[in-house]
Amino acid sequence: MREVAVVAAGMTPFGELWGHSLRDLFVEAALEALRHARAETVDAVYVGNMAGGQFVGQEHLGPLLADHLGIRGVPITRVESACASGGVALRSAFLDVASGMSDLVLAVGVEKMNDGGDVTNVLATAADQENEVYHGITFPGLYAMIARAHMEQHGTTLEDLAAVSVKNHRHGALNPRAQFRHEVTLEQVMTSSLVADPLRLLHCSPVSDGAAAVLLCPLARAREFTDRPVEIRASGLATASMALAQRRDPAFLDAVSLSASRAYHMAGLGPADIDVAEVHDCFSIAEICVIEAMCFAEQGRGGEAARTGETALGGRLPVNTSGGLKSKGHPVGATGIAQVIEIFEQLRGEAGERQVKDAAVGLTQNMGGSGASSVVHIFERA
Amino acid sequence: MPSPRYWREVPARYRLEAGRCVACGAVVYPARRICPACRGERFETLTLSRRAKVVTSTVIHVAPTDFQMEAPYAMAVVETPEGARLMVQVADCEPNEVQPGMEVALEFRRIRKEGKSGILCYGHKAVPLR
Repeated sequence: MREVAVVAAGMTPFGELWGHSLRDLFVEAALEALRHARAETVDAVYVGNMAGGQFVGQEHLGPLLADHLGIRGVPITRVESACASGGVALRSAFLDVASGMSDLVLAVGVEKMNDGGDVTNVLATAADQENEVYHGITFPGLYAMIARAHMEQHGTTLEDLAAVSVKNHRHGALNPRAQFRHEVTLEQVMTSSLVADPLRLLHCSPVSDGAAAVLLCPLARAREFTDRPVEIRASGLATASMALAQRRDPAFLDAVSLSASRAYHMAGLGPADIDVAEVHDCFSIAEICVIEAMCFAEQGRGGEAARTGETALGGRLPVNTSGGLKSKGHPVGATGIAQVIEIFEQLRGEAGERQVKDAAVGLTQNMGGSGASSVVHIFERA
Repeated sequence: MPSPRYWREVPARYRLEAGRCVACGAVVYPARRICPACRGERFETLTLSRRAKVVTSTVIHVAPTDFQMEAPYAMAVVETPEGARLMVQVADCEPNEVQPGMEVALEFRRIRKEGKSGILCYGHKAVPLR
């Protein structure tokens, strides 16, 4: 396998972008990445998109998007793994370059959620339709059940859950591309309206539009496109039971644990080597469970990490310096690539007020459904 | 939903039929082709007891379209004495009363109505034992 680098990135702001269609968002992000690298075209494109067919009635995104980017004819593949679609698109692009099949490959994530779609029902298609959704469960409901199990088993508190949102909003307030560039207080989170007990509105990531793109090439060619390439050291993908009821421990995310150990093994690195991480905080409880499954915190101690500042900017291991899904926004298919862009900028020293000092190794973790799929990538300054 | 999609699931939803793996004894609900525990392919059919215990739960305040008139309502993952786990709504109680460890009966109920002209969807709901 060849060594692979990220050499350029492009991203739209995240938010309710009523003036932009799905194709506009894709072109804006992809074109920015190409321009940074002064590249006219690419050998292949992978597009992460969860539900274009349901949100805007548009499937067959490959040819549509290649056409609009002005690169008709280029091989382009749409990749779907629910909210992990972006991360899995990156993995597909990585494998394409690593294998020697293609040299210059774009990985793009895009989602247009605000265009009249029934968002609650569309997102629920990432759960088990016949055995979960049929009975009236929602996505926040599944994570609320995970939260209650975690509280019951480990003594995690409502304050712990709220502290994750407070931290991520504090980070997101510093991110010019974030959907919500403002801080929230513990009290605001804990008194916001109930969505699925114990999760309240301010524990939940928002409904967002947006796109993000990164350009990959062999590490050996990276300096043709940038002075500061970032190497992809590892890619780990794993799955778990689709239905929450089928998991022995609903408070433990098996797919996250497995995808992380695969990535750590491939990179020859461990959790202690990571300087900065972007993880999938679709709900506050998700960040708590993820950092435990990644071995960033001991099992049952993930709740403390945000409350004590360990995972805040300036802490032992800053997590979600971008604001995370909570504050930056969560256009589902774009999220996995936007996470990579935050790490890319951190490792290049371009993160401005959010910069983690001397960050050399970063990690992204992106998951689909109630944790049924998870993809982890590890990056290093090259 | 088209009616075949509905009636295919009737044995599991109406009769709580599950599969017991002949090789490893795992109880799989609903039945499937391959045992998730040992990859065995031979099953015997068993009917789950109509009682269970709450593993974890929530109260849905923001509901899907078909359930909007019912919110707030409790949902739970429950475990039967055979070891099968099911996602169910918990009815006939204050939603906030539902807690881990609570004993429930599984009763045959209407789950939802698909709009004005869709199928009436039946299945099981949990009701606390008092």
